[in-house]
Amino acid sequence: MKHLWYSLLGLLLAPPIFAADMPLNMTPGVTEISGKVFGLHMTILYICCAIGIIVFGAMIYSIINHRRSKGAVAANFHESTKVEIAWTIVPFVILILMAIPATKTLIAMEDPSDADITIKVTGSQWKWHYSYFDHDIEYYSLLATPRAQIEGSETKGENYLLEVDKPLVLPINKKVRFLMTSDDVIHSWWVPAFAVKKDANPGFINEAWTRVDKPGTYRGQCAELCGKDHGFMPIVVEVLSEADFDIWIEEQKNQATIAAAATEASLSQTLSMDELMTQGEQIYMARCAACHQPNGMGLPGVFPGLKASAIATGPVTAHIDIVVNGKAGTAMQAFAGQLTPQEIAAVVTYERNAWGNDVGDTVQAADVSQHGQ
Amino acid sequence: MSRPSATSNRKLIIWLMTGAIGMFGFGFALVPLYDVLCEQLGINGKTQSTASTYKPMTIDTSRVITVEFMANIQQDMPWEFTPEVKRMQVHPGELVRTNFNAKSLALATTVGQAIPSVSPGQGAAYFNKTECFCFNQQLLAAQSSAALPLIFYVDPDLPDTISTLTLSYTLYNITDKGYVGAVEQGAAK
Amino acid sequence: MNTTTREANMDAAHIEESNEHHEAHPTGIKRWLFTTNHKDIGTLYLWFSFIMFLTGGAMAMVIRAELFQPGLQLVEPNFFNQMTTVHGLIMVFGAVMPAFTGLANWLIPMMIGAPDMALPRMNNWSFWILPFAFTILLSSLFMEGGGPNFGWTFYAPLSTTYSPDSTALFVFSIHIMGISSIMGAINVVVTIVNMRAPGMSWMKLPLFVWTWLITAFLLIAVMPVLAGVVTMVLTDKYFGTSFFDAAGGGDPVMFQHIFWFFGHPEVYIMILPSFGIISAIVPAFSRKRLFGYSSMVYATASIAILSFLVWAHHMFTTGMPVFAELFFMYCTMLIAVPTGVKVFNWVATMWRGSLSFETPMLFAIAFIILFTIGGFSGLMLAITPVDFQYHDTYFVVAHFHYVLVTGAIFSIMAAAYYWLPKWTGHMYDEKLGKLHFWCSVISVNVLFFPMHFLGLAGMPRRIPDYAIQFADVNQIVSIGGFAFGLSQFIFLALVIKCIKGGEKAPAKPWDGAEGLEWTLPSPAPYHSFSTPPEVK
Repeated sequence: MKHLWYSLLGLLLAPPIFAADMPLNMTPGVTEISGKVFGLHMTILYICCAIGIIVFGAMIYSIINHRRSKGAVAANFHESTKVEIAWTIVPFVILILMAIPATKTLIAMEDPSDADITIKVTGSQWKWHYSYFDHDIEYYSLLATPRAQIEGSETKGENYLLEVDKPLVLPINKKVRFLMTSDDVIHSWWVPAFAVKKDANPGFINEAWTRVDKPGTYRGQCAELCGKDHGFMPIVVEVLSEADFDIWIEEQKNQATIAAAATEASLSQTLSMDELMTQGEQIYMARCAACHQPNGMGLPGVFPGLKASAIATGPVTAHIDIVVNGKAGTAMQAFAGQLTPQEIAAVVTYERNAWGNDVGDTVQAADVSQHGQ
Repeated sequence: MSRPSATSNRKLIIWLMTGAIGMFGFGFALVPLYDVLCEQLGINGKTQSTASTYKPMTIDTSRVITVEFMANIQQDMPWEFTPEVKRMQVHPGELVRTNFNAKSLALATTVGQAIPSVSPGQGAAYFNKTECFCFNQQLLAAQSSAALPLIFYVDPDLPDTISTLTLSYTLYNITDKGYVGAVEQGAAK
Repeated sequence: MNTTTREANMDAAHIEESNEHHEAHPTGIKRWLFTTNHKDIGTLYLWFSFIMFLTGGAMAMVIRAELFQPGLQLVEPNFFNQMTTVHGLIMVFGAVMPAFTGLANWLIPMMIGAPDMALPRMNNWSFWILPFAFTILLSSLFMEGGGPNFGWTFYAPLSTTYSPDSTALFVFSIHIMGISSIMGAINVVVTIVNMRAPGMSWMKLPLFVWTWLITAFLLIAVMPVLAGVVTMVLTDKYFGTSFFDAAGGGDPVMFQHIFWFFGHPEVYIMILPSFGIISAIVPAFSRKRLFGYSSMVYATASIAILSFLVWAHHMFTTGMPVFAELFFMYCTMLIAVPTGVKVFNWVATMWRGSLSFETPMLFAIAFIILFTIGGFSGLMLAITPVDFQYHDTYFVVAHFHYVLVTGAIFSIMAAAYYWLPKWTGHMYDEKLGKLHFWCSVISVNVLFFPMHFLGLAGMPRRIPDYAIQFADVNQIVSIGGFAFGLSQFIFLALVIKCIKGGEKAPAKPWDGAEGLEWTLPSPAPYHSFSTPPEVK
């Protein structure tokens, strides 16, 4: 019997030996708060381990020594008010000792003092949108892992499922305030290295803040079940030195000007069917295939198919309208703010001509732009 | 001989059933209860849904509160909706007026409902609106625009720890939801 | 209480019916469909719960197979979400709760010296509506669009605006489960209050009866709240109300408040009867009276009361004022005190006893250790600042599986082994029982212990695919999962073997056992105590 208990204990300790490349403990993180949280976690873990050793120790002692096969005769006691009071009060005192640092850390976390930078974080199925309050910078941040890696036809990269097309960029040593909200269901923005996890509730704003000490790239994930692709909406935060951050802000502003000019130019361009189809397919796979599926069949009863559908083979204005404005009360989002007119034109063209839909018409950026954008 | 205790069973069953039905009702009673608690304690940043009245009060000029305005538009809402100013400094007790600008891009009449939320949530109870477009549904004719007014003051009792209040509006499209009593805004351009 | 009131507690019709039973029972399917006998109904509940345990387990196997390696291999994410959702619902409402009701049916009348449950016909209904509830729930998986995919906690608006068409079926099945539980609970309360044998005073009640009495009150208090919240989901989705829709003045966070107002007491509904079982088994195999009987009763009651004050510890990340976070943190930590008292009492019962390690005792010891580990992680989760890191990760998954699988389910296993001789009249195969125990206890730890590490390393729960760093540990977890699943077939074989035959069991097969049920012959007669026993 004894060796069985030992082997059980051995098994409890086994996982650390097998998994060398995964951290087995919580990250201490890169902020003052995350350090405090880590310290608190370790303190409580040690207290629990100590209590565990005492309680299980007493139990194992009696399992070994007070067994009938060894001729143990049962004692007769079954009550002791003194002991009962002792083991009510002692845990109570231990709990108070735990509560003190916990309360301090919590109050430090919920510090509402002025922030240097405010960023609005909006979750939607299944991407994050970041908007810098004091700069006219806003963008979506989507999973960058190719579908081929997920489906296993390509080797998975180092940051599989933890990489995005455009990370959130923050400076070090500044108090950054996040205001979380959501466009559809509840999401939760979590970066373990900052010890920040806050729900993004539709219709309401929630607040969290961080002050990062060390430049680097930090990764997290959505932590609240938000539908089909809940597992595929990572968070990547690039933390730069203050000087680099200023440079980045300038770059973003320039890029925005260039992009605006490109959009303006695209309105007068006419692309060929082939050009639209190539671009459209790329965008479709990145933005639409999660629901409507790469083969355009959708998921019956959940997401409608586009192959031979009334929208994709019907009047083109209705098709543009649903992509531009979305459909109320469904998971179909409005893409007006997410894609340029040029991109919408390409993806609509693709949907109308792929999978044997073969409507034959092309849509140009100008058509989309005229559609009440 | 079975009389007394069959009644005692029945009595107990009736009590327990009443308890269960009462708890079913309690579940629903939690809804208004939650709203009251939220408004009183500022849980979840909810603000009161009716206008408060402003009584002339001493303005605490020694304190400056930063008030930030934020607008979220639900994706199916074809409006532009932005605060006139993003950020302003106010003194507690001071009555302040600002606007949110709304512009409908839709080709038909649309009705919106703005839902306010204040952060930090504890500040919500001290953020008093004497007039707000969020108290009513707002109706905009196709392609028209309007300035939606907001008049508010910050209660001088606002805890010292709070120096910034963020007021966020989320604009919902409720055109299809059978609106009643929407206020028509603006004129067609 | 005297004989006459006790007799009278069964309503008149039932007495007539039961008199007939003495001569001839209806046989075949009719016996089971129309039975009003507490033992038949107990048996039905237990078999039903075992079938549900295997069904929910099969879904867990699908989940673990998909998570065996990174990437999407077997199922697509929407189906994966249905599996996690229905696995949770089935295990909570189909496996654990009916198993406890089954045990209550079998044991409470025998333990308090009653002939049967107080409300036998209600007993029959409360069981027979359950299979319908679960048929509806399971059949929704085959609907176009699939079954519920929003997690067993069905947070709005994922379960309202964004849920599949089958949501109405989900709501309806929850309603039926709720009605069944409430009827079962009323029956338990009435039986315990009105049908105790003469001399069976409150402080002489076996702890299993006490814990079930308190559980029954919890059920009556919170199942209607669950019914209320699913009704709100129903009307929000189909009838245009906006309880949880901000656009109409509602609040999605309110859903969580109402849900967890039900949800946290529900957690204790699934563990209090376990405490009763362990408090019966540990003294029996320690051959020593339970240490601190009255403190056990008070501890159970205080856990039940505290359970109404801690619900928001499930929702620290939703954004709450600091004072609310502190209040819920303190209350939650406070629960550790009465829970600790229980664990200390069990250890003190074993201390200087004369221990032997038959299968029920093995499961009971495993329960104490592993449930306490679940309690430790629960305490860690209670600490709000650290909960921000643990919340919605595999650390939470590990925590609640420790308290539910190695807690609730291990105690049910222990109970089954302990009372099987009384139920079947045969001793179970001890060797097979020990094999089942060791296979289960090892595999369950391989299954759930590494999940703590996954959670701490940052793996969120409810995801069908994960970053490659989590791959090794997930593989170990999955292997543990398959092994644990397979081990349960040993139990099935053992039970069938024990029903079919085996060494004849004496009235009291465990020399240290105490309680009225052991004064009855094994197998227990169809009507437990026709003449009430005298309790001294």
